[in-house]
Amino acid sequence: MISESLAGKRIAVTGSTGFLGTALVERILREVPDCELVLLVRPTRRNSAERRVQREILRNDAFDSLRSQWGESFEETCDQRISVVSGDVSADGLGLSDLDRRLFISADVIIHSAATVSFDSPLDSSIEINLLGPNRIVQLLNEEAVTPHLIAVSTCYVAGNRRGAANEELLAGTPFQVKVDWRAEVDAARRTRSDLDARSRVPEELKRFGKGAREELGAAGLPMLAAKTEQLREAWVNDQMVEAGRSRATSLGWPDVYTYSKALGETALIELHGEIPISIVRPSIIESAWEQPAPGWIRGFRMAEPLIVSFAKGELNTFPGYPEGIIDVIPVDMVAAAIIAVAAKGPETEPEIFQVASGSTNPLQFKVLLDTAMEWFQEHPVYDSNGHPTASTEWKYAGSSGLEEQLDRVVKAFDVAAKVINRLPIRGESSFTSKFAERRQNLDQIKGYVNIYGAYGKCEAIYGIDRTLALWESLTDQDRSQFGFDPRVIDWHHYITEVHLPTVVIQARVKTTPEKRSGPSRSERLRSAVLDPGRHFAAFDLENTLIASNVVESYAWLATRRLNPKQRFEFALRTLSETPGLWRRDKRDRTDFLRYFYQRYKGAPLGQLQADAAEMLSELILIKSFPAGLRRVRAHRAAGHQTVLITGALDIAVEPLRPLFDHIIAAQIDNKNGKLTGEMIDVPPTGEVRAQLMIEWAEQNGLLPEQGVAYADSASDLPMLEAVGYPVAVNPETRLVTIAEKRGWLTENWPKTSGAPKPLLPMGQRPKVKPPHQGVR
Amino acid sequence: MPARQGLVLEVDRSTPPILFHHGEGFRFEKLPSGSRVIYPNEPVEPIEDVDSAIRDALANPLGDSPPLEALLQPGMKLTIAFDDISLPLPQMQAPDIRGRIIEQVLDLAANAGVDDVHLIAALALHRRMTEAELRHAVGDRVYDAFAPHGQLYNFDAEDPDGLSHLGETDHGEEVVISKRAVESDLIVYVNINLVSMDGGHKSVATGLSGYTALRHHHNVETMRRSRSFMDQENSELHTKNWRQGRLIRDAGVKIFQIETTLNNNTFPEPWDFLQKREWEMNAKERMFLFGTKKFLDKIPRKAARSIFQGIRAPFGLTSIQAGEVEAVHEVTTANVYRQHLVRVEGQTDILSMGLPYLGPYNVNSIMNPILVACLGLGYFFNLYKGKPLVREGGVVIMSHPTPQEFHPVHHPSYIDFFEEVLADSTDPEKIEHKYEKRYAEDEWYRHLYRTSYAYHGVHPFYMWYWCSHALEHVGEVIIVGGEERAVKRMGFRSATTMRDALEMATDVVGRDPSLTHIHNPPVLMADVV
Repeated sequence: MISESLAGKRIAVTGSTGFLGTALVERILREVPDCELVLLVRPTRRNSAERRVQREILRNDAFDSLRSQWGESFEETCDQRISVVSGDVSADGLGLSDLDRRLFISADVIIHSAATVSFDSPLDSSIEINLLGPNRIVQLLNEEAVTPHLIAVSTCYVAGNRRGAANEELLAGTPFQVKVDWRAEVDAARRTRSDLDARSRVPEELKRFGKGAREELGAAGLPMLAAKTEQLREAWVNDQMVEAGRSRATSLGWPDVYTYSKALGETALIELHGEIPISIVRPSIIESAWEQPAPGWIRGFRMAEPLIVSFAKGELNTFPGYPEGIIDVIPVDMVAAAIIAVAAKGPETEPEIFQVASGSTNPLQFKVLLDTAMEWFQEHPVYDSNGHPTASTEWKYAGSSGLEEQLDRVVKAFDVAAKVINRLPIRGESSFTSKFAERRQNLDQIKGYVNIYGAYGKCEAIYGIDRTLALWESLTDQDRSQFGFDPRVIDWHHYITEVHLPTVVIQARVKTTPEKRSGPSRSERLRSAVLDPGRHFAAFDLENTLIASNVVESYAWLATRRLNPKQRFEFALRTLSETPGLWRRDKRDRTDFLRYFYQRYKGAPLGQLQADAAEMLSELILIKSFPAGLRRVRAHRAAGHQTVLITGALDIAVEPLRPLFDHIIAAQIDNKNGKLTGEMIDVPPTGEVRAQLMIEWAEQNGLLPEQGVAYADSASDLPMLEAVGYPVAVNPETRLVTIAEKRGWLTENWPKTSGAPKPLLPMGQRPKVKPPHQGVR
Repeated sequence: MPARQGLVLEVDRSTPPILFHHGEGFRFEKLPSGSRVIYPNEPVEPIEDVDSAIRDALANPLGDSPPLEALLQPGMKLTIAFDDISLPLPQMQAPDIRGRIIEQVLDLAANAGVDDVHLIAALALHRRMTEAELRHAVGDRVYDAFAPHGQLYNFDAEDPDGLSHLGETDHGEEVVISKRAVESDLIVYVNINLVSMDGGHKSVATGLSGYTALRHHHNVETMRRSRSFMDQENSELHTKNWRQGRLIRDAGVKIFQIETTLNNNTFPEPWDFLQKREWEMNAKERMFLFGTKKFLDKIPRKAARSIFQGIRAPFGLTSIQAGEVEAVHEVTTANVYRQHLVRVEGQTDILSMGLPYLGPYNVNSIMNPILVACLGLGYFFNLYKGKPLVREGGVVIMSHPTPQEFHPVHHPSYIDFFEEVLADSTDPEKIEHKYEKRYAEDEWYRHLYRTSYAYHGVHPFYMWYWCSHALEHVGEVIIVGGEERAVKRMGFRSATTMRDALEMATDVVGRDPSLTHIHNPPVLMADVV
């Protein structure tokens, strides 16, 4: 009897916050009443190990039935039976305190299921966790001279990308194993990291990251660009490490860095285990539960699901794999049950390997999986946000490489288009840019999935499970009913349609009902949050946020108002010829551009400019205004918020907008004897200065930035948007669309009034009688 | 040759398609046999020697008023107020009658040694007039003599220091008018009385007043009790204006009223076919009309708009009278009726009208959807004496493209009214109760009204109230050729063709309804008996 043989035992588990780990903990708590659990959990920056156990394990819906079964005693029982130790398998000595160390080594059984299961981890982190993790446990036990039964969870796919039977044998003894010195691999991985880091710091690379940051953020100001540059550098190193992992793994015949590091981990474990009795359990692709804790229970988004969902949404019609290929799927509860059975049976003198897989005894062909899925999606179509069902077409199969190439081509085309779009002065008006960004993101995701999982679709190894079945045969009837792990009982059609897909669509949050959503939309919710009386202030950018105009236009208007036709013509020619240069300068650095540009006001009579600006309100600003924007400013005032305009435009030019705002922060030009000098009084409010000035103003007025709302249109306004609790992207340029979408910011598309006059050139209408002109230069 | 009277044509099989105004364009509609088409009177013969007529009117005033000359003394304060850009429609060909009258008034004032003269565009809550518009109204000579010295300007109903509170009528209506006007020894008000509601006590009591006073009659209840507001004897609006006007008079404010009436010679060549009866057009005119229609249908609306807004009417002066307000207005009204009244027998199930490109509030601007509604259901619908042309529960079919377009400078509060208020409700009473005050007192609208060229924040409400009598009276409003989203927002239905509209109307008025079309403009007023 399993529960009897484990009674009174102390079982330590690593990786308990994972999919398999959670299932294990739940199963042991429920079916093995008299044992104790020691969970080794890595604390995160936010949460201690104890807190993670509470939040990530015990509150998972895996425990729903146990909770209702135990009722009020649930917490108490868990407290009694579970001890938590704070540790990390990638740290020497597992990073345990003395107390925790004693507790951990006192275990009778240690189930090591901690791993980085991501197929695209950086080379070194896979090595540290998957290869060296088991080593460190063994080392610790050896140091303490204890010999608990160590069960290491590995994967069938350590056998690599080979055809034919893969049995429950040590890798060393099989033809699959290339002779690799795992120690050399560890050294090489660590060296690769430091080499790449060094390479990322050479001037050319740094320049490239700087350029990338500017492309992504525009003229967002130095601190933000610097932070982005560093982020890009780190990301580059990481990407290179991922690539290094993938290429090293495939060069040795493994599909990816996960299986490569797991395989080397097994080899190292066999070499180092010494007196410690070990068993290795190798599951194939772990999927949602067959029966326990509930049919279909799953944690996270796994393996084939993203591809299936992409297909159901009509985003993908080609599957990486061969129709007659076998996808070796095993429900998580069978894996957990097998591990518990291995623990109960106890170790042999020589390491034993148990494979938990379906391919050899109850194979599932790709074709069956996909056809069944398609049938199911025809009955339960996925609906798009408009409530229309998306049509799924016939599957096509491709060796994953063909598909990858195809996707690569599309992604490349998108990237080229994105570069062009980023440079065009188009905005989110038609939501075109936002749709574009969304599609691009989707593509990235799909491409990622195909890259990662494609190899599994092509894997043609058949995993033998003789030892596992022998263990199964040895069980009593009661054990068999409690701890089912015989893959032959799975009815795949039932599993796919009744168990797996219903959970997948919930996990993927796709809609399988046509109803339009009821209640307020996300935008409506965000909008009402923004206008909530609890907010303190609303800060507005001007250009392209409230009006579709810019400093050059208002300058041109003011400068030409009092010119005669010939002068106006010359002015127009001059300004047009300067435009490209001005534009470049503006793209490079807004502050610099404004300083340069505002020199043109040198010598302009202040009084006359003020009078002309009042007319400019009617003739330029209002015509180009976004009425919904002006309405929003007033809605904020009506809600009791302070309103502030923050703009690089000239204070004189925006003065007519004063009644809308409690405060205006604008560029100011010095004047002497009633004439402008062309020199700015302060740094113009752009980029990070804008954010600073806003915060200063807020603080002086006792307003909290986290209760502030900010409206802006461009990525160069990011510092200001990030400084408040409620950022709003208005008519965002492509770069900002992407950022706003990623961060879940409210996006508003405010149009100009249709019917507004469209003057060809922004030139002031010449008044017929007024004192003779004193033109601005 | 005396002008021909208007007529009510009964459509039969030989009747050619009828021309409908349709914004900046036209439609031709073949109306069902038995339908009636009401044509306006042809233009009344104008006065030939206008300057003499003006001189004569100023020298021989009506009522108990002395001649203007006798009212002018050295050292006095004189204020000349004049009607704003909303009159006449379209703007008249230069010289504008206002300018011609003002020149003579100024001559008399100069002769009498009057120095302190202010000229004020009496625009109440309308938008300020631009320099060009003021120049057109008063003439360059007057403009250049007064504007640079700040003596010619637009009235500002939101100037905190510019208004004078004269008291309340016995019905509790506040009376507030321009402080300059109150402090003047004499106000000379120069009117253009295009339709019968213009002029009289309304000139000063409304034209030089603001929200505080206007809200007493610019409201839903008053409009619903004015049947119609064009008919003085049955207009609550008129009654309230008169009460306010008499209070102004009794407060000692001296007004010398000058009123003028115009004939309905509205369209200059080559547009004069617009005031012809279809069957009387010759082949050349038909060709031109057809070509023009094709052309207008093809060009962008903005281009068509600027063509139409360039039209200046060749109106002829049909009468001018001056003196005491009420005596003057009585004669004026008779002259307006002489041009406008057309006798119509009995009501109709369906009233159709072709709405032109222009109403009082979109001169040099854009006819937005709210103004479309107001022109049809406010003005055209109310151009009746006796009873409405359409029976209670009947259908109004209007023809206008009704684009969802707004002038951002002239009509900012209309944009918000459309987006916010009409999105919530189209019920005039609910709108009045829930939103009016906020819009009327909105600081931004006030700023735009005072410093830019915006209609007052409350103005779109008045437009909607103007429709309230019609909205209460009719069972359905259909706009032929109207842009659906704008039409729907206002609670109306849009139809692609007249035939569709008639089909839709049968839901409300049953099979075989009677149909009457008013062929307006040129303006006509139906005397329904």
